Amino acid sequence: MSLAGTAELELLRDEPTGGEAVLLETGTEGELADRLLAPLWAEWPWFKYALGVSAMGALALFAALTYTVTTGIGLWGNNIPVAWAFGIINFVWWIGIGHAGTFISAVLLLLEARWRTSINRFAEGMTLFAVVQAGLFPIFHMGRPWFAYWLVPYPSEMGLWPQFRSSLPWDVVAVSTYLTVSLLFWYTGLLPDLAAAAVRAPTPLRRRIYAIFALGWRGDAKHWNDYRATYLILGGLATPLVLSVHTCVSFDFAIAQLPGWHSAIFPPFFVAGAIYSGFAMVVQLMVPARAIFHLQGVVTKNHLDNIGKMLLVTGWIVTYSYLVEIFMAWYGGNPYEMHAILQDRPFGPYWFVFWGVIFCNCVAVQVLWSRRLRTSPVALFVVAGLIQIGMWSERFMLIVTSLHADFLPSSWHIYVPSWIDWTILAGTIGFFLFLFLLFLRFVPFIPISELNEMRREMRARGELNGARGRAFDA
Amino acid sequence: MRSGILAEFDSADALARAYERLAASGYRRLTSWTPYAVRSVLRAEPRSPVPRWMLVGGLLGGAFGYLVQWWCNAVDYPIDVGGRPLHSAPAFIPITFESAVLAASLTGFFALLARCGLPRLSHPLFAIDDFDRVAIDRFWMGVDDADPRFDEGVAGELERLGALRCTRLWPSEGDAR
Repeated sequence: MSLAGTAELELLRDEPTGGEAVLLETGTEGELADRLLAPLWAEWPWFKYALGVSAMGALALFAALTYTVTTGIGLWGNNIPVAWAFGIINFVWWIGIGHAGTFISAVLLLLEARWRTSINRFAEGMTLFAVVQAGLFPIFHMGRPWFAYWLVPYPSEMGLWPQFRSSLPWDVVAVSTYLTVSLLFWYTGLLPDLAAAAVRAPTPLRRRIYAIFALGWRGDAKHWNDYRATYLILGGLATPLVLSVHTCVSFDFAIAQLPGWHSAIFPPFFVAGAIYSGFAMVVQLMVPARAIFHLQGVVTKNHLDNIGKMLLVTGWIVTYSYLVEIFMAWYGGNPYEMHAILQDRPFGPYWFVFWGVIFCNCVAVQVLWSRRLRTSPVALFVVAGLIQIGMWSERFMLIVTSLHADFLPSSWHIYVPSWIDWTILAGTIGFFLFLFLLFLRFVPFIPISELNEMRREMRARGELNGARGRAFDA
Repeated sequence: MRSGILAEFDSADALARAYERLAASGYRRLTSWTPYAVRSVLRAEPRSPVPRWMLVGGLLGGAFGYLVQWWCNAVDYPIDVGGRPLHSAPAFIPITFESAVLAASLTGFFALLARCGLPRLSHPLFAIDDFDRVAIDRFWMGVDDADPRFDEGVAGELERLGALRCTRLWPSEGDAR
C-alpha cells in the first residue's frame, strides 16, 4: 500500500486550469476509512446544542399539528378560494428538495460522474428526511388525518375505492414509492460502510449495533457481484422515478383548468425547479459539514464548482420556463391567463413575491458564472440560501396568486398565512435538521467503500494526475 | 466454500495478482472477500440474475397496479364523470409506472439479501482472528479444497504471491459460502 507520501499528493492535484481533483485524501485505505469514520467516534461539543435547537423546532411542529388536529383546519390561513396554501406550498417545496439527492445518487451514478461519490450518501439522507417533511403536509391538509388510509385501495366495508382518474391519488403512490425506493437505495449503499463502522467502533455495544445494521455483510465476491448489479439497476429505476414524482406533483396543477396552472410546461418546469432547490439545499448542508469535519480533501473545490454549475443550468431552465409562461399567456390570448400571469402576478397584491422570485431564482444565481465565486463556500452558501427562499416563494406565487383570483371577480379573495402556518413551516425545518443531525452523528455519511474503490480505479487508469480534468468527467 | 485455504492480502492489487495466477494455473474454485468491489476478480463471477428478477418483479407490479385501478374504477365502483370513459388508460399510467418501480426495487433489495444469505450475523469466517478488517483494508482469498487442482502446498504459493498469512478452514467449521 504505497499511497502515502508527498509524491502521491502531487499526483492527486489535478487539472492545468487550477482546479482541484475530486479526491485529495492521501494515505492508505485504512487511513481513509478511519478519516471518514472519525466523525462518528469524535466528541462533538456543539452537538447537543444544535440538536436541542432543532428538537425545539420539531416540538413546535408537533405542537402546532396537535393544535390543528384537535381544533380544526381553520387555524390555518386557508380560505375559499385559496384552499391550497402553505400545506401544498410546503409539500411541493420539500419534495422538490429531496429530488437533488436522487439526482446526485442515481442520475450521476449512471453518468459515471465521479464527483458524485463523496456526496451521494449525504444527499440521499437529505432526500429521505425532506420526503418525510413533504409527506406530513398532504396528510394534515386533509383536515382529518386519521382517515389518511382511505387513500389506499383496500377492500373497505363501505365498498368504496379511490378515484384513480384524478391526479391526487397519483401523488400518494408516487410519494410513497419515492420514499420506499430512496430508503432501499440508501440502505443498500450503506451496507459495506456499516460493516466498516462495526469494525472500528470504540465500544462493544456500538460494534454490536453497527454489526446488526450491517446484516453480517462480509464482502464476498459473490455478494459484490449481485450487489453491484442491484445497485446499478436501483439507480436506473430511481432516475425515471425522480422525474415521475415531480411530474405527478405538477399534474396536480396542470390538470386543473385554473389560469396559471393549466399548462403543458409544468412537468419539466417542476422537475428543473425541484433539482434547483435541492442542489441549493445540498450546498447549505454540505458547506458547514465540510468545514466542521475538515472534509476538504473529500469534498473538494471541484465539487463546489460542479454544484455551482448545476445551479446555473437548472436556474436557467427555471428562468426559461418563466419566460415561456409569460410568452404563452400573451400568445395564447386567453384573457384569464393574461390577467393572471401578465397582470396579477407582477403587479397584483402579491407583486413582491413575484419580484422576489425573479431576483432570487433568475438574477442572484448569475454570480456563479465566476469560477472564483463558485468555488468559494461562503458565496455558494449565500446564493443557495437565496435560491431556497426563491423556490419556496415560487411555489407560493404559483399556488396563491392563481387561486386567489380565478375567473369570477366575485369569488376573489386575499390569502394571509396564520401564525400556525409559519410555525409549521419553521417546525419542519427544525424537524428536518433534527433528523439530519442524528444521521450525521450515527451514520457514515461519506461512502467509504465506494471512495476507496474509486481511488483504486482512478489510480489504475492514471487519472489521478488530472489527465481528464473537465468538470463532469472528474 | 466450505473448507480450504484462506489467504490474507494487504492490497487489492496483490489479491488480484494472486487470483489471476491461481486461475491461470487451473484453479476453478476460488473465492474472495474484499472491502470494495475489485473488478478484475468479479469478472470471474457469473452474471447476476438479480436484474432479471427485478424486471419480472417490475412487470408483475406494474400489471398489478394497472389491474387494481381498472377493477376499482371500471368494474367495482364505476362513477360517470361527464361521460369520460371508466377504463381510461392514460390516467392509469402514472400509478402503473410507480407500482412497477416499487415492485422492482423491493424485488431487487430482497433478492440481493436472499442471494447473499443475509442477514447472517454469525459466520465461521468471523472466527478467524482479525477477519473483520475485510470491511476496511484487508483482502482475503479462498481456495476450496474441493477444487480438483487443490493440494495443501497452495498455501506456500499464496505466501510467495504476497499473502500476509494463510489459514486452513476445516469443514467442521461450517458453511462459508
